[in-house]
Amino acid sequence: MHNLSIKRLVEALRAKKFSSRDLAEHFLARIERFQERLNSFITVTHDQALAAADAADQRIHAGDAGPLTGVPIAHKDIFCTDGVKTSCGSRMLDSFVAPYDATVVARFKQAGAVMLGKTNMDEFAMGSSNETSYYGPVKNPWDLARVPGGSSGGSAAAVAARLVPGATGTDTGGSIRQPAALCGITGLKPTYGLVSRYGMIAFASSLDQGGPLARTAEDCALLLQAMAGFDPRDSTSIDRAVPDYSAGLDKPLDGLRIGLPKEYFGEGLDAGVARVIEEAIAGYRSIGCEVAEISLPNSGLAVPVYYVVAPAECSSNLARYDGVRYGYRCEDPKDLTDLYKRSRGEGFGAEVKRRIMIGTYALSAGYYDAYYLKAQQVRRLISNDFKRAFEQVDVIMGPTSPSTAFRLGEKANDPVKMYLSDIYTIAVNLAGLPGISIPAGFHDGLPVGLQIIGNHFEEARLLNVAHKFQQETDWHTRAPMEA
Amino acid sequence: MGWESVIGLEIHAQLMTKAKVFSGASTAYGAVPNTQACAIDLGLPGVLPVLNEAAVRMAVKFGLAIGAEIAPRSVFARKNYFYPDLPKGYQISQYELPVVHHGRLDIVLDDGTTKTIGITRAHMEEDAGKSLHEDFHGMTGIDLNRAGTPLLEIVSEPDMRSAKEAVAYMKRLHTLVRYLEICDGNMQEGSFRCDANVSIRPKGEQRLGTRTELKNLNSFRFVERAIEYEIARQIEVLEGGGRIVQETRLYDPIKDETRPLRAKEEANDYRYFPDPDLLPLEITADLIESVRAELPELPDAKKERFIRDFGLGPYDAAVLTATHELAKYFEDTVRHLGGSPKLAANWVMGEVSAALNRDGIDIAASPVGPAALAGLLKRIEDNTISGKIAKEVFEAMWSGHGDADQIIESRGLKQITDTSRIEVMIDEVIAKNPQQLAQFRAGKDKLFGFFVGQVMMVSKGKANPAQVNEILKRKLAG
Repeated sequence: MHNLSIKRLVEALRAKKFSSRDLAEHFLARIERFQERLNSFITVTHDQALAAADAADQRIHAGDAGPLTGVPIAHKDIFCTDGVKTSCGSRMLDSFVAPYDATVVARFKQAGAVMLGKTNMDEFAMGSSNETSYYGPVKNPWDLARVPGGSSGGSAAAVAARLVPGATGTDTGGSIRQPAALCGITGLKPTYGLVSRYGMIAFASSLDQGGPLARTAEDCALLLQAMAGFDPRDSTSIDRAVPDYSAGLDKPLDGLRIGLPKEYFGEGLDAGVARVIEEAIAGYRSIGCEVAEISLPNSGLAVPVYYVVAPAECSSNLARYDGVRYGYRCEDPKDLTDLYKRSRGEGFGAEVKRRIMIGTYALSAGYYDAYYLKAQQVRRLISNDFKRAFEQVDVIMGPTSPSTAFRLGEKANDPVKMYLSDIYTIAVNLAGLPGISIPAGFHDGLPVGLQIIGNHFEEARLLNVAHKFQQETDWHTRAPMEA
Repeated sequence: MGWESVIGLEIHAQLMTKAKVFSGASTAYGAVPNTQACAIDLGLPGVLPVLNEAAVRMAVKFGLAIGAEIAPRSVFARKNYFYPDLPKGYQISQYELPVVHHGRLDIVLDDGTTKTIGITRAHMEEDAGKSLHEDFHGMTGIDLNRAGTPLLEIVSEPDMRSAKEAVAYMKRLHTLVRYLEICDGNMQEGSFRCDANVSIRPKGEQRLGTRTELKNLNSFRFVERAIEYEIARQIEVLEGGGRIVQETRLYDPIKDETRPLRAKEEANDYRYFPDPDLLPLEITADLIESVRAELPELPDAKKERFIRDFGLGPYDAAVLTATHELAKYFEDTVRHLGGSPKLAANWVMGEVSAALNRDGIDIAASPVGPAALAGLLKRIEDNTISGKIAKEVFEAMWSGHGDADQIIESRGLKQITDTSRIEVMIDEVIAKNPQQLAQFRAGKDKLFGFFVGQVMMVSKGKANPAQVNEILKRKLAG
């Protein structure tokens, strides 16, 4: 059962080949079996999941099934779930039980999905390796000595190891695409504003975007269908009709214009990764696509701009964790200042504190113009690069990450090195564009992700381009040894 | 050396929306602590603000009423600081691009001249909660009911030159926001709050002196006294060779003094930046026009109309237009009465206002409404009762004993206008007071009043005073 795609699961459930309860029990058993080795879950909602599965079975029997009724999923622990601990990977929220559902969570419930639990993640989504989690690092199912990527590392590892057929993630600078690449699965970061941020704990509000992780583009289309759409509770969500993401998956790609940014194939890119990507591009050429080199001249500025904008927003977004109303509070505070200092000092981990300090500095009087304002101006230049590129090509392709999964601890003490692992994904967030990472092959036994970037609201095209590749290849069907 | 004081006011007016500015929670005052704070007001993880359009319309209304520019695009910014009653660790406000800017308001000075006070800007922001320091055994209680209530912060130019001017401006603004029905103006509940920036400079000097900011000015009287105290203090400091420190000072109404709020070792750095959760606020010409169509007649225009159409003096017109409700009461009374605006004005400003003040009732809830008052005034006009009796009838009406005609009827208060009956009473009084009659006839004119009084007493106040005067004059003359 765990090797079936979501599409097949939906069909099998409707045909009553097995029940939603069978499915839930099967996956819950796998989660339990692999938890110690992978550490991909923070909370497993065993009882609620079985209750939800039973309810799903009743709906199926009553002929009242929604698009995902009975399908097990997991939510990144950044999405608020009513009555269930929502930690955001942090000691700060270790005791926090959300009193409401995030819009994304509510929409999955509406569609009939059965939540099995909450997945591990970098603390407050700040990290590219899942090593900053208060709950310990997640292991890559392809090699337990390696990281799964981050920050949605728990979701990616769980999907890759077949502990759940699909999961939600969030992507601020690559947090869906990079772990999808490193774990050999498919992960989509939608256009900014397509998926509601209500109830999704904020890291950097102007960059954060929720999206699906699954094994195939076809499954991502089903999950995105449930997630996407205007939400009056999120002022930045966009009021626009949501297309049918599954309808155009099979459209032929003849004449599709693919742009390869020369900046994404230069220094810093692992030669083995480059080879896999080039072969994947050759595959697209062979099914009728036109490939051209393009330039995104301001690419080199994306990482520095990101590390001003994201920390600045995070320094303000995380100010609410003060030990006053909920979350971690230090023992016996002497006075108010002591309460603040120790609650935040003890409740946050090192990477979160580093970013709060960088962001506070960047917004300070006398530095605001030089850092934050300048970064916003450069952000516009980066956006303009893409705007010009999309006048020439339909999609942009390149590696998702410059290397395959690195070893645990390898970059943990070198933040800049860690930040550079998102060098190809960050600009997409800065420009608010959609991007997808799909399995493109292997290098030294580790998966390599191909990133496909589209113009605003071109998710359907990205899924079509990804799906066609997955019809020609079987990389996405490979399972790690550990599964 | 002469000194000139320079004053600017920052006024926070709570907008009278039903829901908060960025959430759907109620804004009603006085509820049990923390019962009107939803997930958004509490700053729970994951929540997002959504702007309340009613607050925007109120801000635009204010902008139009002060002849200001309405920004087609304004931006919400975060003002970052830590405080226990500030749930998110930042206040959503407007910083670089406020919704309203460059307005003005005229005030009338003591000498009757008019002065224009510039209004630099008015911006929307959310209120914080309240910290309660009493009854918590040395700890602090937090009530977040107020958190997220919409405020309009109205910042004046430093155009005022005395405490009196500052109060005149504040009163004018207070009247205006209530006319516009955007703020209830309740200073006790903190719906209308004032901070004052005060500096002094030698007369003739163009540059501004160092200013201090005065807080806790929650009545007109405190504003006046705090500013006067602060001006005197600054003069004393400068004349003593000292210098003014830029600081925030708290006014203590009991000691009648200002003192530094806190030692400021470092300047606050609020790290303002545009709130990424809110799109820039775009105000279309259509929205502005639809708000303009809802604008009520403003106080100055109403005052002019009262002078022109009702023949009132400027003082009476100003008093009667001080609030929207009072003006409406007066106009309704005149309408029911079918004229006689001067009589109506005297009664509204006299008996009605006195009774309202005495019983602490709002005019809108007056036990004697405009129609009932007009019913009483008609009986004065048609000589059924005298003005004096009318006061007695009014008191009975106030206590709920019925309308004017019922009371006059049941108490037999109808005026006596029958000449023969009045003559009988006068004859009786003259007969009883031969001594006074002799003195009057000997030239002691003042005794005329004595005779009038006696006649009125005999008639229990019901004899028509004009007739009494006339007949008495004739009879006393012999």
